[in-house]
Amino acid sequence: MTRIYLDHSATTPLDPRVLEAMLPALGDLYGNSMSVHSFGRDAERTIEQARDTIARLLNCRPHEVIFTSGGTESDNLALRGPAQSARTDGRPFTLITTPVEHAAITVTARQLQQVLGAALRIVPVDHFGRVSPDALRAALQNLPPDGITLVSLIYANNEVGTLNPVAECAALAHEFGAIVHTDAVQAAGNFALDIDVLGVDMLSISSHKLYGPKGTGALVLRDGVDFLSSHSGARHEDYRRAGTHNTPGIVGTAKALEIARAELDDTTARLSALRDRLIDGVLSRVPDVELTGHPADRLAGHASFAFRSVESNTLLMILDQHGIAASSGSACKVGNPRPSSILEALGYGPDWTRGGLRLTLGRHTTQDEIDTVIDVLPDIIERTRKLSAISMS
Amino acid sequence: MNQKPRVVVAMSGGVDSSVAAALLVEQGHDVIGMMLRLWSEDCGAGGSNRCCTPDQMADARRIADQLGIPFYVIDTQAVFRNTVVQYFIDRYAAGQTPNPCLECNRLIRFEWLLDHARAVGADCLATGHYARTAPAPDGSIRLLKGRDPRKDQSYVLSVLTQDKLRQVLFPVGDYVKAEVRAIAARHGLPVASKHDSQDLCFLADGDYRRFLAEHAPDAVRPGPILTRDGRELGQHTGLPFYTIGQRKGLGISAPEPLYVLAIDPARNALIVGTRAELGRSALIAGHVNWIAGSVPPEPLRADVKIRYTARPAPAAVHPLDGQRVQVVFDAPVRDITPGQAAVFYEGDTCLGGGIIAL
Repeated sequence: MTRIYLDHSATTPLDPRVLEAMLPALGDLYGNSMSVHSFGRDAERTIEQARDTIARLLNCRPHEVIFTSGGTESDNLALRGPAQSARTDGRPFTLITTPVEHAAITVTARQLQQVLGAALRIVPVDHFGRVSPDALRAALQNLPPDGITLVSLIYANNEVGTLNPVAECAALAHEFGAIVHTDAVQAAGNFALDIDVLGVDMLSISSHKLYGPKGTGALVLRDGVDFLSSHSGARHEDYRRAGTHNTPGIVGTAKALEIARAELDDTTARLSALRDRLIDGVLSRVPDVELTGHPADRLAGHASFAFRSVESNTLLMILDQHGIAASSGSACKVGNPRPSSILEALGYGPDWTRGGLRLTLGRHTTQDEIDTVIDVLPDIIERTRKLSAISMS
Repeated sequence: MNQKPRVVVAMSGGVDSSVAAALLVEQGHDVIGMMLRLWSEDCGAGGSNRCCTPDQMADARRIADQLGIPFYVIDTQAVFRNTVVQYFIDRYAAGQTPNPCLECNRLIRFEWLLDHARAVGADCLATGHYARTAPAPDGSIRLLKGRDPRKDQSYVLSVLTQDKLRQVLFPVGDYVKAEVRAIAARHGLPVASKHDSQDLCFLADGDYRRFLAEHAPDAVRPGPILTRDGRELGQHTGLPFYTIGQRKGLGISAPEPLYVLAIDPARNALIVGTRAELGRSALIAGHVNWIAGSVPPEPLRADVKIRYTARPAPAAVHPLDGQRVQVVFDAPVRDITPGQAAVFYEGDTCLGGGIIAL
C-alpha cells in the first residue's frame, strides 16, 4: 500500500541536506563547546556559526538566540523566565494568553498560576481562532502597578492553522509595558520571520517542524527582558539555558531554517494551491463538513475540518488503514478522546468538537496524493459516521 | 492487491488474545489489533477500567508491535455505559443477578467491535475466547466448547447468532491453556496471566454492592426476610446484596441453617428456607438464542449450565414459544438464579441459551 503523509504539522522528515550538514557534528566535532582545548573550540565555532546564521535569518543579534531542546522547552523558558524574575523581585506577575495556544503554553500557564500565583488572563478568540487587538486591549486594562506582564500569543495555531496579528498585538502590548512572546513553532517554516518587524521580545521555534532534526530548537530572547531562567546549571547560553550544547541539533536547526528561507516563496505558493484544491474538494464532496480556522489567513499547507457526528479517533484509524496519515485535536492513542478544546474555543458545539481532522501538506506532497484523499474521503467519512452514530446516541 | 484475508483481533494485553493474534499472523492473515476502551466508574477522575488500564494498553500495543500488526484503541466508553452497565444496574434493580459478560459479548464485542472491524475492511473478528466453531452438515456453523474443559468459555458466547458465528474466529479454542502458554513463550510473548479478564471490569474496586448503592439507590432498600409461608424472620439490607443459595450473612437465627431461596422484588422481600427447599427441578428462561438459528420443533435432551461455573446437569428443554423455554432437570438443581444464563449443550456443542426468568 502506498502511504500518504499529511501530518507535517506534527513533524516533517529530515531534509537530506540538513542531515549532511549535521554529519560532521555527529562525528569529528564531538568536543564540548565549553572546553578550553581545541576540541571544544571546534565545537564552539560550529555552534556560533549556526547562531550567526539563525540571527541573520530572524533579524536579531546572535546572543539573543538561545538553543533549546525544541518548541516545548522554548515555550517553557519564555513563560517561566519572566515569572521567576517577577517572583524574585517581589513584583506581581500577570500572564495574558489565549485559548488556542499549544499545550506547552496552556499547561505551563496553569502551573505558573498554581505554583507561583501568576494572574492568568485569557483573551477570547473569534470563530476562526484569531485574537483581535481590541480583545487584547481589554485584557491589558487594570494591570497591577509595578508588575511584570507577559503576553504569549501563538503565531499560527497548530490545529486550525489560523494566523494571528502578532505584530499589531505586540505593538499594543508594548504600549501597556508588557513583554511579548510568540510561539512560532508552526510558522517558522512558512514565513520570513523578522523579529524587528514582529516587534516581539521572545519567539519559539522548533527544528523538526521545518525538516530539521527532532529534539532541538531555539528561543529568541531579546535584550532587556526580565528573565530568570528556569533551566539552571552551568553557564551555557549565558545562564539562560544550561546543558551541554547539542551540536548536531544546533547545526541542523540553522541549516533547516536556511533552506526553508531560501525555498519559501516556491513552497508556499505550491502548498497554498494544493491546500485550496484539497479544501475545495472536501467541502464540495462531503456533507456536513466545515473548514475550521480562517479560510485565507492560514498556514500554507494546512487544511483542517470539522465533520458533524464523526469520532475522529475512528476516522484516523480508517484513514490509517488506507495509508493516509492525518491527525486531529481530539484523538488519543489510549481510546479516551476528548472534545477538541480548540474547536470548543472557536464556538463549535458537541456535534462537531469530536470530529476534527487536520491534513497538513509538505514539500513532498503531490497533487496525486491530494486527489487520492479527495476521492476516498467521502466514503471513509460515511463509514465513520455509521460507527460514530452508535457511540454518540 | 493484497489477497490475504484481513482479520481484526480483540486484544487485551493478556496471554490468550496475544496468542490468538500470534496464531493468526502465523497462519498468514492480514491482522489488525484492536482494544476496547470500556467505561469504568472512575474513568473521569483519570482512573481506568480494570480491564483496560494504561498498563494493559501499553502491553497490548507492545505485543502488536512485536507481531508487526497495527493496533488501535477504540473508545467504547459511552456505548458500554449505556448498554452493559445500565443492563447490570437495571437487572439488579429488578431483583435479578445478571451476568453482564453475555450482554457485552452480544452488544459490544460481537456487534460494536465487529462493526469497527468491518469498517477497516476486515472479514472476521477474532477473540481469545476458549471456544471453537465447526461447520454442521446443513451448512450452519456450530459453536463448540473449547478444547480445554477447565477454560471453556462457550457459556458467555451462547448469545451468538449464525450471522455472527460466520464472522468470528477463536484461534486459542483448539488448545489447552498450557499449550497457549507454550505458544506465547515460543513467540516471546508475556506468558504471565496478569491481565486475566475481570468479570465486573467497570467497578473501581470490585465491590458491586457499593456500586449498586450508588447507582441504583432505589433498588437498595431494607425489607423483610420471609419464609415460604410468609413468616417474617428479620430484615435484609437491600435485595441486590444477596444471591440465591447464600447462607451466611443473613443475620437471622433459626434452629436449622437457612438459605436464600428467592428474591421477591414486588414485595422487596428475601425468601429463605432450609437446604431441602433449595433444590428446584425446573426453570423458565427467556430471551432464548438458538445458535442453529431456529427453534427446535420438539423438546430435546440437553446438559444445562445455570451459571458460568456450574456443572452441566441433564435435563429436558421444552420450547414454549420463540423466546422462552422450560427446562426440566432429571434431578433437582441448587441455586437456580434469575438473571443468570441457562445454556444448553449436546456433548461439546452449545445449542444456545436464555436468561433465567424464574
